[in-house]
Amino acid sequence: MALLELCDVVKTYQMGDVSVRALRGVSLSVEEGEFVAIMGSSGSGKSTLMNIIGCLDKPTSGTYILAGQDISKASRNELAEIRNRTLGFVFQSFNLLSRTSALENVELPMLYAGVPTSERVARAKRALERVGLGQRLDHHPNQLSGGQQQRVAIARALVSEPKVILADEPTGALDSRTSIEVMALFQELHRAGMTLVLVTHEPDIASYASRLVVVRDGQILSDRRQTPVPAVVPPLPPEDIALEAAEARG
Amino acid sequence: MNPLQTFRIALRALQRNKMRSFLTTLGIMIGVAAVIAMVAIGEGAKKRVEDAFSSMGTSLLIVMPGSSQSGGARGGFGSQPTLTWDDLHAIQTELSAVKYAAAVLRTNAQLLADDQNWATTVYGTSGEYFEIRSWRAASGTLLTSSDVEGGAKVVVMGATVVDKLFGPGADPIGRTIRIRNIPFQVVGVLEKKGQSPMGQDYDDAVYIPQTTFASKIQGGLQKYVSGTLYVSAVDAESTARAQRQIESLLRDRHHLSDRDEEDFSVRNLSEIASAQQEGTETLTTLLASIAAVSLLVGGIGIMNIMLVSVTERTREIGIRMAVGAKPRNILAQFLVEALTLSLLGGVIGVGLGILTASQLASRFGWPMLVRPDIVLIAVGFSAAVGVAFGMYPARKASQLDPIEALRFE
Repeated sequence: MALLELCDVVKTYQMGDVSVRALRGVSLSVEEGEFVAIMGSSGSGKSTLMNIIGCLDKPTSGTYILAGQDISKASRNELAEIRNRTLGFVFQSFNLLSRTSALENVELPMLYAGVPTSERVARAKRALERVGLGQRLDHHPNQLSGGQQQRVAIARALVSEPKVILADEPTGALDSRTSIEVMALFQELHRAGMTLVLVTHEPDIASYASRLVVVRDGQILSDRRQTPVPAVVPPLPPEDIALEAAEARG
Repeated sequence: MNPLQTFRIALRALQRNKMRSFLTTLGIMIGVAAVIAMVAIGEGAKKRVEDAFSSMGTSLLIVMPGSSQSGGARGGFGSQPTLTWDDLHAIQTELSAVKYAAAVLRTNAQLLADDQNWATTVYGTSGEYFEIRSWRAASGTLLTSSDVEGGAKVVVMGATVVDKLFGPGADPIGRTIRIRNIPFQVVGVLEKKGQSPMGQDYDDAVYIPQTTFASKIQGGLQKYVSGTLYVSAVDAESTARAQRQIESLLRDRHHLSDRDEEDFSVRNLSEIASAQQEGTETLTTLLASIAAVSLLVGGIGIMNIMLVSVTERTREIGIRMAVGAKPRNILAQFLVEALTLSLLGGVIGVGLGILTASQLASRFGWPMLVRPDIVLIAVGFSAAVGVAFGMYPARKASQLDPIEALRFE
């Protein structure tokens, strides 16, 4: 049984008198441990697909089964619980709570899961250490660089030990070097057995994944396995080291 | 998510906008302070009226003789003496609910001291009268029963009269004054009592034995009391019973059948007192309701700010929902924020209200009466205002679509 299975999913939006068909019958199944990149240009329906996979939205018709649970019939409360336990989100714009420390941002999903305080803090610390931010626990988002903020977001996605991590254009707001750093982190998680679904419009970012699904006009155009390009971070030129250090200090 | 965590998140959110939180709270603060101060003022006024009446004696009854009638012209109460000295004696001795009874005869007269004179009211009465009014002597003695029996030419003076005849602070005991040219020896001075609720100066009067009054000042009818009777019941609760006893005793003694109108009238001061109290009660209610309106306005302020806050924090709400916050978690978060604002305002308002009340009390010389039930009601009401006006914004937040909320800039 696939971890994530969409069957003939249709999503229609009503915009005044016009109904927009964002998804026109998408069927997709993702096994545990896969690293899938969903690629498409803007308006292709990839964001809608992502929202449905992320249980933020429900399909108009068709079925979506995630970890054995039928999402198409779930209530708002059930969707919130699934997002909390089964999914981890990474967004293009990081979506961290401002004026809140990295540690507390990572604690947030566990707050809603009812994890006791001491365990919550310990797990959040471990997740931040895993993404290489063990020294930045008390930093607020505005004191961190873009790459560091995205790593906090990844730690937040990891901390509730989800079945799938969903990344929506995770490198869209990062420079190419930091993008590779983030992708290297994703590949590392993939190697550790995590299931990842990545949405992007950049072919070179998609090339780091082990499966490529191309979406166009609300339908799947192609779906094939590929050998992932290893994400290797190029060494920094000396002047950039000083720049990054300055950025990190904010 | 437990309530303590929700509260901490709310507190943090409020701390981020300290000035705004303070201003929002100010509305509730002023409202609660106003309620407490206004009720304290109202209660103080009520207490003052009560004290004024209890100094007059709430267990006091006044028996007045009946009216005269000559050729169709009816003379009003007191115009015809119907009460006899024997009636007084019967009231004093025969009635269980009566503690003291005294006759009060009065006239106005010019008083002469060595080099001063003063016109004032002269009362002819007995020692019981002072008991009825609970008046004490500041110096000397009050009228004794032997003074009354012997028709002694002694006088007890009010403080104002002492001031006018002998100068402020003088000790007149043992000196002689003339009333209608008859010399009287001063035996006592009454304690200062101030004004009656109707503005009459209690201290501007002198008191002489009723027998002396009748024989030397104003010769009356031998058998009848040419004045009124003051009666005090054994306690305030027995006043009505004493009144009934006096009425039936006098009807009996005056041989009145059931059809006859009474030839006397008994007046009850507690009726006047309760009417006055009702007046101040109305004042308290009025002041409190005006203050309650300001609490309501404070509540609207909270709603306004919470609506702004929900809009501002749409993205935060989206993030919380994405990581698993249920609608009721979001509802609780914003509701607790509103509740914290209003309760904080309520508690500070209580302090402010008590402070204001005590300031006003010391300025006007009123007793300060902060009613604990009003404090509880005011705090409870402010909490209710927080929940009532926080509900709409909180519901609005909890019903947001997570996708829309995450996209919000």
